[in-house]
Amino acid sequence: MENINLITSEIFISLSLMSLLILGVFKNNSSSIVYNLSIFTLFLSLLINLNLFSFNNFYLFNGAYKVDHLSNFMKVLIIVSGIFVMLSSSKYLKINKIFKIEYPILLLSSILGMFIMISSNDLMVFYLGLELQSLALYVLASFKRNDQLSSESGLKYFVLSALSSGLLLYGCSLIYGFSGSTNFDQISNNISEVQYGLTLGIVFILVGLAFKISAVPFHMWAPDVYQGSPTSVTIFFAILPKIAALSVFIRFLYVPFINLIDQWQTIIIFVSIASMVFGAVAAIGQKNLKRLMAYSSISHMGFALAGLAVGTNEGIQSSIIYISIYLLMNLAFFSCLFMLRRNGIYYENLSDLSGLSKNHPILALCLLISLFSLAGIPPLAGFFAKFYIFLAVIKEEMYFLAIVGLLSTVVAAFYYLRVIKTIYFDSQTEKFDINHDIGLKISLLVSTVIILIYFIYPSPLQALISKIVIL
Amino acid sequence: MNFPILSSLILLPLIGSFFIFFNKSSEKNRTIKYVSIFITFSNFLLSLYLWYIFDKSISDFQFIEDREWISGLINYKVGIDGISILFVVLTAFITPLCVISVISTIKYRLKDFLIAILIMESLMIGVFCSLDLVVFYLFFEGGLIPMFLIIGIWGGERRVYSAFKFFLYTLLGSVLMLVAIISIYWIAGTTDVQELYKIGIDQKYQNLLWLAFFSSFAVKTPMWPVHTWLPDAHVEAPTAGSVLLAAILLKMAGYGFIRFSIGLFPVASEYFVPLVYVLSIIAIIYTSLVALMQDDMKKLIAYSSVAHMGFVTLGIFTMTQQGIEGSIIQMISHGLISAALFLCVGVIYDRRHTRQIKDYGGLVSVMPKYAILFMIFTLGAVGLPGTTGFVGEFLILLGAFKKSFIVAIFASIGVILSAAYMLWLYRRVVFGKIVNADLKNIVDLNKSEKIILWTLAIPSIFYGFYPEPIFNTIDVSINSLIQTYNANLDIYFAGKN
Repeated sequence: MENINLITSEIFISLSLMSLLILGVFKNNSSSIVYNLSIFTLFLSLLINLNLFSFNNFYLFNGAYKVDHLSNFMKVLIIVSGIFVMLSSSKYLKINKIFKIEYPILLLSSILGMFIMISSNDLMVFYLGLELQSLALYVLASFKRNDQLSSESGLKYFVLSALSSGLLLYGCSLIYGFSGSTNFDQISNNISEVQYGLTLGIVFILVGLAFKISAVPFHMWAPDVYQGSPTSVTIFFAILPKIAALSVFIRFLYVPFINLIDQWQTIIIFVSIASMVFGAVAAIGQKNLKRLMAYSSISHMGFALAGLAVGTNEGIQSSIIYISIYLLMNLAFFSCLFMLRRNGIYYENLSDLSGLSKNHPILALCLLISLFSLAGIPPLAGFFAKFYIFLAVIKEEMYFLAIVGLLSTVVAAFYYLRVIKTIYFDSQTEKFDINHDIGLKISLLVSTVIILIYFIYPSPLQALISKIVIL
Repeated sequence: MNFPILSSLILLPLIGSFFIFFNKSSEKNRTIKYVSIFITFSNFLLSLYLWYIFDKSISDFQFIEDREWISGLINYKVGIDGISILFVVLTAFITPLCVISVISTIKYRLKDFLIAILIMESLMIGVFCSLDLVVFYLFFEGGLIPMFLIIGIWGGERRVYSAFKFFLYTLLGSVLMLVAIISIYWIAGTTDVQELYKIGIDQKYQNLLWLAFFSSFAVKTPMWPVHTWLPDAHVEAPTAGSVLLAAILLKMAGYGFIRFSIGLFPVASEYFVPLVYVLSIIAIIYTSLVALMQDDMKKLIAYSSVAHMGFVTLGIFTMTQQGIEGSIIQMISHGLISAALFLCVGVIYDRRHTRQIKDYGGLVSVMPKYAILFMIFTLGAVGLPGTTGFVGEFLILLGAFKKSFIVAIFASIGVILSAAYMLWLYRRVVFGKIVNADLKNIVDLNKSEKIILWTLAIPSIFYGFYPEPIFNTIDVSINSLIQTYNANLDIYFAGKN
């Protein structure tokens, strides 16, 4: 147990979430305190994690838990996005009367689950983490319990997610049966030849993971859940579980099964292409902005998977850069969505944006920047995300994947342009409220400014991520 | 030479746009007007200074700045040679005129328009300066955003359709170029244009890469059959938008053909010459015929742009000194003259709010000054000796005759057709009787319009009589371009036999 200090942040989060629960139960009207303390907890664990940033390749608990550059970076991403999500959504929660003590505690436990997922080096640990984060998310999706859509989305997510967890668990047992171990490194050592049982196991686990990041053909839940959940949960859904699932994808595919790359590469390529194309095409007709973002995130996950399909370190790194920039863009977009409030009601339809640029020029500009960035138009950050992906993809001469991906960005550009058209070219409607809290303003400003000026000096992020070497 | 003059040319408008962004927007706010005029004008002076200190006797790139940008992958590299400097000057020359035109005609959201124009200027100068393919792509594509907004916000009735068409067409062409750029990075190990000129690109990849670049440039030029976005975009765009589009945006593709298609892929360029000839000839003749039938003045000029750009592509791919020099002069001349023609249409559109040719007639008796200027530009577009249009077309035809007699014959037909549609347009609009009684009250050019149009007329006549300064600048660079091109071909064919 000499390396126990490496999981300080996990221990810290679990202790503070338990004590916050006690505080919340025994003290009346404590939701505001609990909420702020949760943000503070995340902030402290960010500091702890930054301290651990230089540790690489440390194992705990007989190799079941791993701390390396990948896990450190992904954890920092998770915490940063968690902080911004909580900062931006407090007013939304208050106005919708769901500002309860359970909310931040569920968020924290979900984040804890993601930490475990990210660091897991063992099928059992990985499954534990996955279930911890999913269980919290089921409740969060249906948090607005008087609302029919929210309850529906919670139930839908629960049923489908439970199914995928079942498949995943079945995959785990197959892999255990055919390789004799649940530890990733040992599986890698034990595998000597291609066995169909193993391939089947990999496929089942990939199905489960593809479900978590809503990749086609396991995306059906995403539009409904995105639309039905409270927006503060949707932004959470759109960002955090994807970061966690992506790092599990990396660890699962590249540590035990890199030698079986012929077996899974085609699957990832197919899922990637299907997600890019389907996400782009299906979003065209959407009228609800949250639903639109669901399809957009499906398409973006396709790009992130394209980086993983390559099978090289560059591919992994490009995927991580992609998800980091994706995080920023979604944060910017949803922060804008939080600002569409008039007389205590939040608006989330495309037509509500009509003529926004005349009433709220700054907000409209932020949306413009985040949308063009989502569409991948240079010189905004979204372009660089795609650029790195295609740099890795084309290096391995996978031209088909690259060309299909880039053509799908043209299709995707159409629906982003449609939103921009509504904002800039259509006639104006009523004004929205402008008294937003400081946390929301900060998260919008920070994310938009980074998207806008990322092109001036893209090296720092790249330098940070180039340390993550898996193979 | 340590002062980063090219970067300052690129950054100055951007800084100006920041300044305007943080200014209050109100009808009475004059600061933004003065700032934008001042910034663009000083940028023009800076570009003239650049032209002055530019060493015309060497073919290498000058004023090179090379900084690490995406570490380990791509450097921010800019530099100019004899070919690009003229486009930089042209851009810096046209933009202040656009700003003046915008200030006097745009009634709403002036601030946003000025910001968009300034950002456009930065990006366009960046396109002509960049010596790295990725940097080039960044500037090339970045221009889509402000142009989309210019067409969409201040455009005419069908502005949404046109803006979408413009954006998606160009994007579709360009993504293939991005694939090609990244492929070049992995094939040659760099995207630095200067390096690539030295080491060359393996011949077996050249054809595909050439096609990928061609798809982007052909849409942007625009060449037949992907030209259809241009008439729509021109018709719906506000006058200043049309001017930017015609004068500078279209030149990015012509420049791209010279700098990248010919420079990087000589073997493929030679291989695809017939394709370019055929498309250019179709563009020249077919769009000229289409232009003859237009009722809308802006659409007519837009189609004439397509025809003129057909000459440009034809000239570039003759691969002769005359042809390429003619193309560059034709591009500059088209930049001046089509910009002026769009402004001329804008002048009467602002007064009468119609662009239909049949609504006009007999303007000469009510707007004599306008009639004179319109005449100058019409003749310039026709290619009358004494205007830059003549120099360009003449040299292109000379180059074409050297290579292929039949192509030259077809291209010459285009010259005749251009005279037909332009002069017919002029006759219907300016001469004849005043059919429409409303036209009697129309006012002649005001001060700012006079300034803009004369500023465009003077260089197009001056360089028509005395094109020496332009030849002086481009001569050495083009000479070395053709020599390298031929040398590359010789190596290739020697290896083949």
